[in-house]
Amino acid sequence: MSMPTSRAGVVGRWSLNLFAVIAMVYLFAPIIWIVVFSFNEPAGRFNLVWQRFTLDNWRSPFSNANLTDAFLNSVRIAAISTSVATVLGSMIALGLARRRFRGSGPLNFLLVLPITTPEVVLGSSLAALFLDWDISRGFTTVVIAHIMFQVSFVALTVRARVRGFDWTLEQAAADLGANSWTTFRRVTFPLILPGILAAALLSFALSIDDFIITLFNRGTLNTFPIYIDGSFKVRFPAQVNVLASAVLLVSVMAMAMGVWLGTRRRAQGR
Amino acid sequence: MLGRLRRHSRLLGSGVEGVGLAALLLAGVLLAAVGARWITGPFAVAALVVVLASVVGLVTAAVVGSPDTRRRLAPFGLLKPGMLWLALFYLAPVITLLRLSLSTLPSRFAVEADFSWAFGNYTRAFSDFGPQFGRAFLYAGVATVLTIAIGFPLAYVIAFRGGRFKPLLLGLVVVPFFTSYLIRAIAWRSLLADTGQIVQLIDAVRLTWLFEGAGIMTNGRILNTPAAVIGGLTYNFLPFMVLPIYVSLEKIDVRLVDAARDLYSGAGGAFAKVVLPLSLPGVFAGTLLTFIPASGDFVNALYLGSPNTTMIGNSIQDQFLVQNNLPLASAMSFVLMAIITVFVIVYSRFFGTEDLT
Repeated sequence: MSMPTSRAGVVGRWSLNLFAVIAMVYLFAPIIWIVVFSFNEPAGRFNLVWQRFTLDNWRSPFSNANLTDAFLNSVRIAAISTSVATVLGSMIALGLARRRFRGSGPLNFLLVLPITTPEVVLGSSLAALFLDWDISRGFTTVVIAHIMFQVSFVALTVRARVRGFDWTLEQAAADLGANSWTTFRRVTFPLILPGILAAALLSFALSIDDFIITLFNRGTLNTFPIYIDGSFKVRFPAQVNVLASAVLLVSVMAMAMGVWLGTRRRAQGR
Repeated sequence: MLGRLRRHSRLLGSGVEGVGLAALLLAGVLLAAVGARWITGPFAVAALVVVLASVVGLVTAAVVGSPDTRRRLAPFGLLKPGMLWLALFYLAPVITLLRLSLSTLPSRFAVEADFSWAFGNYTRAFSDFGPQFGRAFLYAGVATVLTIAIGFPLAYVIAFRGGRFKPLLLGLVVVPFFTSYLIRAIAWRSLLADTGQIVQLIDAVRLTWLFEGAGIMTNGRILNTPAAVIGGLTYNFLPFMVLPIYVSLEKIDVRLVDAARDLYSGAGGAFAKVVLPLSLPGVFAGTLLTFIPASGDFVNALYLGSPNTTMIGNSIQDQFLVQNNLPLASAMSFVLMAIITVFVIVYSRFFGTEDLT
């Protein structure tokens, strides 16, 4: 793009950059707060006022048994629901992507609906169903609820990724004598795998962070967000900040690795 | 009868595909109906047999059918498990919600509601919770406009000036996502508190009047005001706006801008005539991804607001989980969903659903 040479152009250019920097500061203000306060030594039960620097919280991230249980529940739920939803969602994406068939309109609509329904409606309607059937709510119902919104999410994300997929490659494999299973295993699957992994990673994050839908379908089960909400009026231990920062650290590393692998592959010309 | 069925299946598609699609749709509708207890007793058993038969039929056709049949039925085999899951755990709950919203509680302390075409729940939802509906859409609307105002320049700078740092900058936009949003709301609560860093800073530089004038502060505070709730919503959904706008900006061929400049368009003209129209699909996608979840959100109003800033999500949560008034909560949920669905249908008529992801 041509560079602006006038003084007004230069001022405009830099004020826009400055605006972007301020927007980034806005995005990171609470994140910095969370990480900084994981090193705080709280005076009482609330880790909300800065006292002094300590590493104790990081040395004992699992010292609060209830918090640890809730956190582990969240990880378990996310692991199970993400595995199921990734399989179901990727299958839907493949079923819809290969070719447009007549009548796929209603199917596409049903797929988009869970994404465009507010979480409070998803949560309350599922809870209404479970109440109606006298099914007691707990771990299983939360997993079912998470799979429900993750399926749509995975299906739409993977479908967006395979939209540019060259289906003649499958034809080529078939011409070379591969049966349909071999074609899928050796040609289609490796090519769509990055899209599936990205969708799985994001839907894992959605599940582990979910509060609203879980709140309606949890019964007495505690998850990480539920624990934080339930105990906030009574206590807010620094371990919450530690676990949140740890999750952040792991996901940033996973993402950095993804970016690094991506740029390396591009540099090698695939 | 058989001829009519065949004619219908031809309407849906041709031959094998038509049968596959018809079986999928039928199984989905029946499963949703059984799940919602629309069909009960022996009819429910019969419906489940039909659902099972459609699955068995599909598997049988795949095993004994010709390779061509198998190829034609493959999409339905792929779609069936996930779509049936959605039929049972999305459609059936929504139908149950509709039925509950027209039911009445036999007594004040009853939990089981009886279906009785009780439209009173809907009139009560509007008469008692009108302000909450109003605030939900007002706050979500203002937050959406703010995410565009902040997100568009940010996406623009990343897309056109990011250079080789593009992936890194995009990553930075997504990073806040990876901490629990409840903790982020608590972080804002602490930052915006009367004794918090931000209010103290504003006091120290004596700019309280400016923030009061801009409607951000009320009586020297930020926390527990509408501005805090809207700010929290804006913060939460900013990445949902930045990412789709970035995707549509990234696709723009910069030579088009150069061409506009060569044709004596000013910088502003080139932006208004070239960049802006081409970025609109991203703005529309971001609008849906921000406005819909924001209008149903109750976490920001809970942590950053006061009893005077509650949104419809707070009321639904309260009526459902605290007051145990399921019929009223269902009516409110259903109204919220109906309004949003109309919004989505109108939207997808104009812009399509393809840009949603």
